[in-house]
Amino acid sequence: MTFSERFEPSQIRTALARANDAGETEIRNALASGITSLDAAAALLSPAAGAMIEELAALAHRTTIERFGKTMQMFAPLYLSNECVCTCTYCGFSIGLDIRRKTLRVDEVAREASTLASRGFRNILLVSAEHPKHVGPEYVARCIAETKHHVPYVGLEIAAAEVEDYRTYVDAGCDGVVLYQETYDPDVYAAHHLGGPKKRFAWRMDALERAARSGVRHLGIGALLGLGDWRFDALALLAHARWLERHCWRAQINVSFPRINQAEGGYLPAHPVGVPELVRILCLFRLALPTAGLALSTRESPALRDRLVPLGITHMSAGSSTEPGGYEHPGEAGEQFELEDRRPPHEVASGLRAMGYEPVFKDWEVMQSPVAARA
Amino acid sequence: MSDQLIIGGRAFASRLILGTGKFATNEAMAAAVASSETEMVTVAVRRVDLDAPADPITAHIDRTRCLILPNTSGASTADEAVRLARLARGAGLPPWIKVEVIPDPRYLMPDPIETLRACERLVADGFTVLPYIHADPVLAKRLEEVGVAAVMPLAAPIGSGRGLKMAAAIAIIIEQATVPVVVDAGLGVPSHAAAAMEMGADAVLVNTAIATAADSEAMARAFALGVRAGRTAFLAGRAPEFTEARASSPLTGFLAPAGN
Repeated sequence: MTFSERFEPSQIRTALARANDAGETEIRNALASGITSLDAAAALLSPAAGAMIEELAALAHRTTIERFGKTMQMFAPLYLSNECVCTCTYCGFSIGLDIRRKTLRVDEVAREASTLASRGFRNILLVSAEHPKHVGPEYVARCIAETKHHVPYVGLEIAAAEVEDYRTYVDAGCDGVVLYQETYDPDVYAAHHLGGPKKRFAWRMDALERAARSGVRHLGIGALLGLGDWRFDALALLAHARWLERHCWRAQINVSFPRINQAEGGYLPAHPVGVPELVRILCLFRLALPTAGLALSTRESPALRDRLVPLGITHMSAGSSTEPGGYEHPGEAGEQFELEDRRPPHEVASGLRAMGYEPVFKDWEVMQSPVAARA
Repeated sequence: MSDQLIIGGRAFASRLILGTGKFATNEAMAAAVASSETEMVTVAVRRVDLDAPADPITAHIDRTRCLILPNTSGASTADEAVRLARLARGAGLPPWIKVEVIPDPRYLMPDPIETLRACERLVADGFTVLPYIHADPVLAKRLEEVGVAAVMPLAAPIGSGRGLKMAAAIAIIIEQATVPVVVDAGLGVPSHAAAAMEMGADAVLVNTAIATAADSEAMARAFALGVRAGRTAFLAGRAPEFTEARASSPLTGFLAPAGN
């Protein structure tokens, strides 16, 4: 059985409705329980829990320190391609948009990876829009292998794939796969994913389980906040994370909560998520999943990123570009979304140090020898 | 005076081993290493920039005083652990290896089967091998047979600070051991470390409890004292334990000694 077969949106809604009237007692009971049930998690999303946010934040901070200390894993995205066959209302790479399209050649990927390595990064996330022809499994495997020459850790944030393709990626050196469900509400999902393979809600939902079966060791999940009701998506995302913890027990689970930013298509979120809600989500995940990595991208402003760090963030990108080739030749292709934090990586790192955190650029070594696919 | 810890033919005056993860800065780590008076620190190979001439972690460790014990954290199979050990040795780190083979990222429990396999290969390859294990007395004996230099059973899950949850099993390991037993993982406060040493552990390894303390330098010193207190008590030989009270001034002390 997979998560999509088990997932019942009505259960999420019922838990949220039951928790709506939760008071301090229910919230304290939920905390004492270790937040193992949907009802307990829903209580932490209840209106009453909003009044306890300072206390929850303090707990979240302490929980983070216990597990991770005062360290921050640093990574950088490397965009392979913005060529896309999908129509997604919120995305700057959506098929109908008139942007400059580009898919990097493998040698261009190598140059981008080398540039990032020279800036100190040892953890690169390869990102791509969805285009079965330009960004097929063989191309992706070559990109992974090439990047692996420059850094020990390579993650992948591309289209959902088949088990065999994930196997190919692992053999090429892929250490982690990031795949956001965007929203867990099937109706909202359908309203925003209008065309292309990404329309397949359930197939996407189970992709990380396929990745884990293929030996991927780090699984990144997330919801794009702003598409649907934030409480629903937060609770469903948590249910998904717990499922993965149980069923993919060898994999480290990382969670991300990107908020929609202005993209090329000019999409404005139907359900904008404010900073207080973002903080509540962050606290819930840290307390309910003490061992999960929580990632924060450069979508958020430097000032806000600094404030979210102590609440439970463990992974941060820095000095990012969201256009293919953007490190070597910025401005030559369309970018996926507007960045808020444009500080160079060394500035982000020194900001973290000033806050008493150690930015960790290298936390991985090549575990398997030698990679299968070669350019 | 010469109550030294001998592991792999090398003598250590301190019975406290430090981990280097989770510190807010490498300077804080170096300060804790200094105040703990440790002579062995463990470093995750995956954290070390093996290509960098001045890696930020190892550069902060005084290698004339401290042995760097590379560890295979991140490995989930024997193959991966062996590879990491060889990478570390190839990069000039000592041919010592703390074997950590951990397939489970949540509770960080070591895999006994893969650990045994990795140790067999690494001992054969000439490494001084210290495996991190569950508190499993049979596994500890099997590892001794393989030729490891010490065994490192966990007191409680890594980083949990819960103390000697596995005390009964660790006592059996200590009682049966022919190699040093280093109690590793889960010690939260110096009294936990003292308790492990009182039981007869040869050394303890501490990381999180020091690295995430408000004042890690002071906590490192406190652990050093705890370890020394526990060790001294162990050597002193504890008084027996009774269920009932035994008066320290006996009621019949005024009677003439028997036989006179």
